[in-house]
Amino acid sequence: MQKKNKICLINLGSGNVGSVKNILKYLEVDFCVSKTESDIKKSSHLILPGVGSFGSLMKKIIDSKFDKIFEEEVIMKKKNYLGICVGMQILAKYGHEFGKFKGIGAIDGEVRKIDSKDFTLPHIGWNNIEIKKDSLLFNDINNNADFYFVNSYALKCNHENDILSTTNYNEKFVSSIQKENIFGVQFHPEKSQQDGIKLIKNFVSI
Amino acid sequence: MKKKRLIPVLLLKNGWIVQSHKFTNFKNLGNPITSVKRLSEWCSDELIYLDISKEGKYDIKRDDQNYPNRASFLDIIEDVAKMAFMPLSVGGNIKSIKDIEIRIKKGADKVCINTAALNDENLIKEAVKEFGSQCIINSVDTKRINGNYFVINSKIMKNTNLQIVDWVKKIEELGVGEIFVNSIDNDGVGDGYDIDLANKIKKNVKIPIIFCGGAGSKEDFSKLVKETDIDAVAAANIFHFSDQSLYYIKKHLFDSSLNFREPKIFEI
Repeated sequence: MQKKNKICLINLGSGNVGSVKNILKYLEVDFCVSKTESDIKKSSHLILPGVGSFGSLMKKIIDSKFDKIFEEEVIMKKKNYLGICVGMQILAKYGHEFGKFKGIGAIDGEVRKIDSKDFTLPHIGWNNIEIKKDSLLFNDINNNADFYFVNSYALKCNHENDILSTTNYNEKFVSSIQKENIFGVQFHPEKSQQDGIKLIKNFVSI
Repeated sequence: MKKKRLIPVLLLKNGWIVQSHKFTNFKNLGNPITSVKRLSEWCSDELIYLDISKEGKYDIKRDDQNYPNRASFLDIIEDVAKMAFMPLSVGGNIKSIKDIEIRIKKGADKVCINTAALNDENLIKEAVKEFGSQCIINSVDTKRINGNYFVINSKIMKNTNLQIVDWVKKIEELGVGEIFVNSIDNDGVGDGYDIDLANKIKKNVKIPIIFCGGAGSKEDFSKLVKETDIDAVAAANIFHFSDQSLYYIKKHLFDSSLNFREPKIFEI
């Protein structure tokens, strides 16, 4: 890479940072796995992979003061942020999984259960994305590319402009978002082979 | 639209990838890590990795394979996860919540539980609560006896006297995310899948079914997908014996206008 990007893979202790780490290693980028303020301050890009429920991740965020760090580094200093799965969902104002929880609020919207009718939840497997808006995140990735999903909930955005792609599972739900320097994907790029690797590469190259 | 999945199953016995015939005869096939690399390059939708060792020995006694000679299944998972940029399910000898936790830490996305579910239904309930249903696959081995399908405890090769339909309904109630069904009669035979069994099960449960046992040709895969409503078609032996077989089977399914991902090859 030409630019000196430094990636911080945020590990709040909830979980599966392992597969994202494997991809960052594979891409040979400069990265650390951490949650400390000093490491995050030294980085240009933050990635938060999310496992678990909205409320449990928000609790970990508040306990480790990541909400404050997010405000300073991502909102004020405009560092690039990529939230994966629940790491994207917590950007919303509220989440409705096991009760109502306040999110980080960077994206105007709420996280609700997918109206899947006869389809079973969680929505597990490979599904395609319909790209709604050009983004550096999708550089060299085709419209209708398949990504690997594991979700029962999805982010409902109040502003269509924040939506990068949607995916169909009985209802059309938001599968990726972007608001300036803030990116989020509902699917798991770290489990989505070439296109997933491309997406992570695109993000870390921004 | 959500795609159906083609899933290779790798059986590991004492550190080797093996071929199985009716769950009783096993043939050594090769190194556990190189097989995964190959399947990852062929863009497998997912991988199921099962440890069927009974003695707990994993040394393949070769140091000339470019990969460290791993001493335990858990170390092998760790190596495999580094090469699997796709969902990885791991099964074999899981008896507790702690066993599941370790496997996830080593890089598994899901775990397959079989015998432990027969011994203790509470383990399944707890596992679902702890890790979420998306993480728990219940694996079931079945055999036709006098026209009825029974659940077999394959660890001790004994009939549990449970009827397959009753058991899969029960498992669904316990909250697992998916059911992985193996037909012992068809295992390693290569004569095609047991379509009746697949339909029987699918009619009685809503959660995704991964169906395995009997694939001998690419047409066997498309036949199962066309004649049943299963969500994922799995096989083991067929992927080891011809070059790029996974790619050609995927291509066959995709070209038959069935709902699968487009086949690709990916250099790692």
